[in-house]
Amino acid sequence: MRGDFELRTQSGEVIDGGRGTVALCRCGLSAIKPLCDGTHKVGGFHASGGDRER
Amino acid sequence: MRLPHPRGPVSAAVIDALGHPCPYPLAVPPADGPVDGIVHDEDLQLALWTCYEMHYRGFDGVDDDWEWAPSLIAVRGALEERWLAGLRLLAPPVEVEPDAVPSALAELVAADDGPSLAGFLQRKATLEQFREFVAQRSVYHLKEADPHSWGIPRLEGSAKAALIEIQVDEYGGGRVERMHSELFRDVMRALDLDDDYGHYVDQAPAVTLAVTNTISLFGLRRSLGGALIGHLAAFEMTSSLPNRRYGNGLRRLGGDATATRFYDEHVEADAVHEQIAAHDLCGGYARQHPEAASDILFGATACLAVEAEFGRYLLGRWESSPEPLSRTA
Ligand SMILES: [Fe+2]
Ligand SMILES: [Fe+2]
Repeated sequence: MRGDFELRTQSGEVIDGGRGTVALCRCGLSAIKPLCDGTHKVGGFHASGGDRER
Repeated sequence: MRLPHPRGPVSAAVIDALGHPCPYPLAVPPADGPVDGIVHDEDLQLALWTCYEMHYRGFDGVDDDWEWAPSLIAVRGALEERWLAGLRLLAPPVEVEPDAVPSALAELVAADDGPSLAGFLQRKATLEQFREFVAQRSVYHLKEADPHSWGIPRLEGSAKAALIEIQVDEYGGGRVERMHSELFRDVMRALDLDDDYGHYVDQAPAVTLAVTNTISLFGLRRSLGGALIGHLAAFEMTSSLPNRRYGNGLRRLGGDATATRFYDEHVEADAVHEQIAAHDLCGGYARQHPEAASDILFGATACLAVEAEFGRYLLGRWESSPEPLSRTA
């Protein structure tokens, strides 16, 4: 995710993504949700819709 | 950094010449013969590494004008031809349509069956083994990101922007205390290792030098620009998961949050970098330069192959003699 955004927890606290562009977890397996930690590769997760949806 | 100790006739000739003000006669015995196994050729990898280092920080007491001395460039060129031929053997060509570069990179990484150095370091490594791993890696990590930065002036448009976005993060967004090479110094200090740039080069076997020589080759030869960004993509795409294991291994051995920050940061950062590298950098470059698609895959394959050689070397060494190399202590 790139651009002007702010990440918040469900209770409203701001999450520091650590950098201007972040990768969000879509497979649900990340240990640092909502951020991605690459675990989708272990789970064999594939996003539907391919490149465009990224 | 001091000049390294020579390991054979070629590195001896190069290192001897660099000890004199430039220009000074430099003649190197011609090399030929098979190039398989060249990743473990101590003389060649050290000579090449020394040539390349003139483009980075140079050596204490060595005339910086050696960087572009025609005689040194000629030696480097001849060594590079052999190294490149060896890499082409290690990394056989992959045919790919330009549009399919990002998915081909993902397949390549998924099919990678290199040895699990990370698994060993997470669960089994002794403190001495972890220290040896870090000392070996310092040859690259103390100049982390620098070899890929050679690509910046060679790119344009969206591919350039993508490389910049990754590199800015590697360099800590311009904050020295967040630069990845500085975070690596924290790992080294926590393990009582010397964090001087290049300190462990004399203890680094050919395969460790080959890891850096691969990127320097791709970075300093504009004709290999596609391979350079493919190398970066493979590097970033195989980073988050191992770094989590390295961090966990260091925690198991008593490392605190400062010691493990380098690894913890890479779990999160490289999950982002891999997306930018595969899609925006390599995908974007392949759209700009469709003819370079297979070069990108070559760079990625070479990255994985050399890393696998490094992992096999260290695991094999620890298997045959669990004692640390005294020279890395
Ligand atoms: Fe990094
Ligand atoms: Fe990275």
